[in-house]
Amino acid sequence: MTDAAILFDLLLAGSVIALAIASLTVRDMFAAIVLFVIFGLLSALAWVRLSAPDVALAEAAIGTGVTGALLLKTLHHLRYVTGKLGEGPARGLTPTAPVPAGVIWANAAFCGMITLGLALAFLGAPRSGPGFDALVAEAMPASGVDHPVTAVLLNFRAYDTLMEVVVLLAAVIAVWQIERGLSDAPAPALGEVWQGFARLTLPAIVVVGTYLLWKGSEAPGGAFQGGAVLAAVGLLLLLSRIYVPQPAHRGLARWAFVLGAGAFAGVALLVSGGGRVAFEYPAEHAYALILLIEGLVTISIAVTLAALFHGREPVAAPVPEGRNDT
Amino acid sequence: MPDLVAFISAVLIAAGAVFFIAGTVGLLRFPDTYCRLHALTKADGLGLALIALGIALTASSFGEVFRIALIWFFVAVASATGGHLIATYARRVDRAEGKEGS
Repeated sequence: MTDAAILFDLLLAGSVIALAIASLTVRDMFAAIVLFVIFGLLSALAWVRLSAPDVALAEAAIGTGVTGALLLKTLHHLRYVTGKLGEGPARGLTPTAPVPAGVIWANAAFCGMITLGLALAFLGAPRSGPGFDALVAEAMPASGVDHPVTAVLLNFRAYDTLMEVVVLLAAVIAVWQIERGLSDAPAPALGEVWQGFARLTLPAIVVVGTYLLWKGSEAPGGAFQGGAVLAAVGLLLLLSRIYVPQPAHRGLARWAFVLGAGAFAGVALLVSGGGRVAFEYPAEHAYALILLIEGLVTISIAVTLAALFHGREPVAAPVPEGRNDT
Repeated sequence: MPDLVAFISAVLIAAGAVFFIAGTVGLLRFPDTYCRLHALTKADGLGLALIALGIALTASSFGEVFRIALIWFFVAVASATGGHLIATYARRVDRAEGKEGS
């Protein structure tokens, strides 16, 4: 049985690498996105094989689901901007205005630096050793939760997690700033079958997302996975036009964007003092505080990802019927 | 008895895998989008149903069976909806290209 498992793992590892290369080298952008999504799914499977269901869930929900939707939305946007959509197949079309070489080189340089940094960190890490399992297990009683991954993410290294939430916030701020001048692409209606599908799956996704969040304190799951699944609710609402973003909702949306990062930082600062440092939750309230942070962060992640999918800030425009589409 | 259940389960999963392989061959060999979709959605739906049934036989509790059934249901619904959307899009593209009757 072990041999079969090793064979499967080797096949999986080979497929993941082959898909990554194919996704980077294929000319057609739609094919690249599809390959990337399959790459993400197989990566999630690889994480399962590595006994890391938390990472697998995050990879499947965020790395594959939401990112795939964002990439497809971007492709749709690019094709619309080129003005070719609706005139025909528009397959394999590249944007007419080429990206300046400087931008490409700057991107390449940054990516190269990150790769180099990761490689150095990997090579510099101790080759063997017990890892942090024992330390985490030892500190678990003080964490307030029963799941080691959640304890690490929300307690032991909460500062990093706060930064991850802030990165999402920065992304949505940038998108709302940059896309201000662009007009909305009127997407074709997806039809009655899609509407029925949306109505059927919406309640189920809400349940699954909330369950992932709630379960996070004792099993794989948590704010990022739950938030990504709940973001799918936003995507369904937007795509089925059950919810159409209105300019009047901008204030509420801004509050929702900031809610997670604000509550996280607020709790971290409030528990400090009296001999404690920031993020050092008092043990008797740790569970409640972590759940509060996770709940609010989940709302922020879900709203932010859905807003990123929608793209631009909703503005009042004298365009009838079909505006603010995705 | 457990051996028999395991055997039936293995047969069901193998049959499901055969449907997936047939669907993949169809995807690679069929000439146009509609035929490929036909191959894929059929293979997907039936193959997954067989595999889900096979796994459900080995499940230890009713809750697990219920969850497997839910997964099958939502994948089947999503797959059918996705197939419908792709077919609708392909048809629109064909019409835009002037290829009627496909």
